[in-house]
Amino acid sequence: MSSLKGWKDLPLATTVPASTSEKVQTGQWRSMRPVWNEEECIHCLQCWIQCPDKSIKATPEGKVTGIDYFFCKGCGTCAAVCPKKAIEMRPESEFIEQ
Amino acid sequence: MAVKLKDLITKERAMRQGHRMCPGCGAPTVVQQALLAVEQPVVVTAATGCLEVSTTIYPYNAWGVPFLHSAFENAGASVSGIEAAYVALKKKGKITKDIKFVAFGGDGGTYDIGLQALSGAAERGHDFTYICYNNQGYMNTGAQRSSATPKGADTSTAPAGKVIPGKIQKPKDLTVIMAAHHIPYVAQTTIHNPMEVIEKVKKAIETPGPAFVNVLAPCVLFWRLEPSLQRDICKLAVETRFWPVYEVIDGEWKLGYKPKKRVPVEEFLKPQGRFRHLLKGETGQAVIEALQKDVDEEWEYVLKRCGETWEPQA
Repeated sequence: MSSLKGWKDLPLATTVPASTSEKVQTGQWRSMRPVWNEEECIHCLQCWIQCPDKSIKATPEGKVTGIDYFFCKGCGTCAAVCPKKAIEMRPESEFIEQ
Repeated sequence: MAVKLKDLITKERAMRQGHRMCPGCGAPTVVQQALLAVEQPVVVTAATGCLEVSTTIYPYNAWGVPFLHSAFENAGASVSGIEAAYVALKKKGKITKDIKFVAFGGDGGTYDIGLQALSGAAERGHDFTYICYNNQGYMNTGAQRSSATPKGADTSTAPAGKVIPGKIQKPKDLTVIMAAHHIPYVAQTTIHNPMEVIEKVKKAIETPGPAFVNVLAPCVLFWRLEPSLQRDICKLAVETRFWPVYEVIDGEWKLGYKPKKRVPVEEFLKPQGRFRHLLKGETGQAVIEALQKDVDEEWEYVLKRCGETWEPQA
């Protein structure tokens, strides 16, 4: 039995570096695209706080500047919570040429 | 004390983008809102579940803070161990900064499988915050019923059909079970009002000793809900009194919100496909009436504990 390793000699469990998911383009899942209308936006940040994918871009001063299409999965929560209807959901097929 | 959304913009996120939770999922919203409340460095652990699986798909890791996962049943034990190690290292002078500890679990990993570990952690009095993102079923494995699943919901192991109208039993009241541990902070809330989640978690974190927060969060897939409606459905849960929001601070109950009108529980059921079978026929109507009775009874219980009365507008 003495040939068995003690717990201090065993390798650590699997570890992964932090924040590597930022390389994953979840925006590829999207079938509906939220389109932000700057003129209607009152920067209340409701979309920013409710977005499950943190895909609403904003300045440090709290001004919304657009949507991060690299990560946005197109759930439409931002459009649903917007009090000014400043976000419109449009089919991704309209943007395929871009 | 009051937090403003604007002030949170520049705060570094504990959970990063690129996680693989479904579009419209309530769980990442819970995590994002909750961890915005933490000022200090934080160590996170989670029970097995959607959150753990979708944030740690090897070699991609959505956590920007130290994160530990070990098994399904032991988020309470994991957070206890981490906290105990921290206390020991701090005593030896090997750690000097103040660190906070947060455990996340779904309702499967909290109400059912992890209850023993959580109860033990609470009883031993470790300094941690346990947040249950409650989507009322084992959604990661395909919508099996859990002890948090509401009466009448169609699940894969209590399927609605000719024999039964979905789950027969009512859910256990875990928030009250945790309050019965006489820990310093217990709260029940949901994600329709982000500032409420942030403020409650802030209190939970700042309270020395164990704290438990039960957050209702939709699984859009198995609630069979339009993915854009996570906020609206949680609002309906509170307005229909299906999910009362309250806190228990050092044994003192405090009601968070009283709806102005008596809204029937049916309004909460309607947008969800898992309750669709209840909306037609006499059997369904009987289940809705039973559900309404449960809701009224629980609401009365919460009102009584909080020392409140409720007079809804006609």
